[in-house]
Amino acid sequence: MVIYGVALLSICLLTGVFLGDLLGNILGIDANVGGVGIAMLMLILLAEYLKKKDKLKAPTQEGLSFWSAMYIPIVIAMSAQQNVAAALDGGPLALTAGVAAVVISWAIVPLLSKGGNSNETLESEMTGGDQRVRNIR
Amino acid sequence: MLETLGNALTDNGLIVAFTVVGLTMLVSYYLSDKLTKGRIHGSAIAIALGLVLAYIGGMVTGGEKGLSDIGIFAGIGLMGGGMLRDFAIVATAFGANFSEIKKAGVNGVVSLFLGVVLSFVVGVGIALAFGYTDAVSLTTIGAGTATYIVGPVTGTAIGASSEVITLSIAAGLVKSILTMIGTPFVAKYIGLNNPRTAMVYGGLMGTTSGVAGGLAATDPKLVPYGAVTATFYTGLGCLMAPSVLFLMTKAVFG
Repeated sequence: MVIYGVALLSICLLTGVFLGDLLGNILGIDANVGGVGIAMLMLILLAEYLKKKDKLKAPTQEGLSFWSAMYIPIVIAMSAQQNVAAALDGGPLALTAGVAAVVISWAIVPLLSKGGNSNETLESEMTGGDQRVRNIR
Repeated sequence: MLETLGNALTDNGLIVAFTVVGLTMLVSYYLSDKLTKGRIHGSAIAIALGLVLAYIGGMVTGGEKGLSDIGIFAGIGLMGGGMLRDFAIVATAFGANFSEIKKAGVNGVVSLFLGVVLSFVVGVGIALAFGYTDAVSLTTIGAGTATYIVGPVTGTAIGASSEVITLSIAAGLVKSILTMIGTPFVAKYIGLNNPRTAMVYGGLMGTTSGVAGGLAATDPKLVPYGAVTATFYTGLGCLMAPSVLFLMTKAVFG
């Protein structure tokens, strides 16, 4: 039944949000730490397990796919309720800071996603921050 | 008659939201097809249209929730609110490849830490350039540049003025909105076309709504990978900004 899929999704989200809040409490901060991320990992693992056991019937999967497909419409509704007016009213400081952070982060993306083993030239050009990356890898 | 219509709409807020979003997407995909020959993705146009509607809503009502502050569009607030957004984000994980996530796991974690510190440092630098010199204001604005949630959380924790907290929220909003709009345009220049890069991207940018919206407009298949790291960012920021990063800022600027 379709509702099985929706319920499975709900269980994952609730568990994730609960664990995220719990993690926040343990760390002593008033925020949810990765609740949605935990829920996503949980769903991936559960779905894989159930598929292997042949317990994830087609209608159940439809319950999951429907909400997955509703994602873009929901994101559009989300964008329609952003505080755009406040962002533009923030003045030059807020604009500059926001834009600079985004542009600099964009520039870093290719360096970080290369990984340790490919493209040595890019790696050797980098200083401080990247050495940590290589050590962890 | 007009009143009856108004009541019918306000009483069925969520349904109105489905209608509004559906029509917005219809128009956007039409524009994408006819005007840009599909070069600008329909959902990118729809998100931009959504932001324009949000701006109009904010101007008309003076509220904080964009279009959803207007009575008959209140359902937009429910549809695009945290609950359904998180629900749908988790749903995108269905079909994501766990081994890809494991492979890029280390990069994802590194990008998270680097992303928080990088945005923070940029924010502090800009605040300095605009004449702020006290550690509390610098830290708050730096934190807001991470995300618009980290800013006020940090500012409140270390006792920043409400003016600075408002600035920090605005900086975070700019970042989130620019990420939503800009991601599809820079995607091909930064190699954002595979799960590994998407995870790094989520960790570096951090704004869940920005990453989620931006990746949706770039390639919906990448959404779960970006979201899985991005959702840790705000928590990490709330953890680091009022503590380690504040102490470091204080050590440097007194």
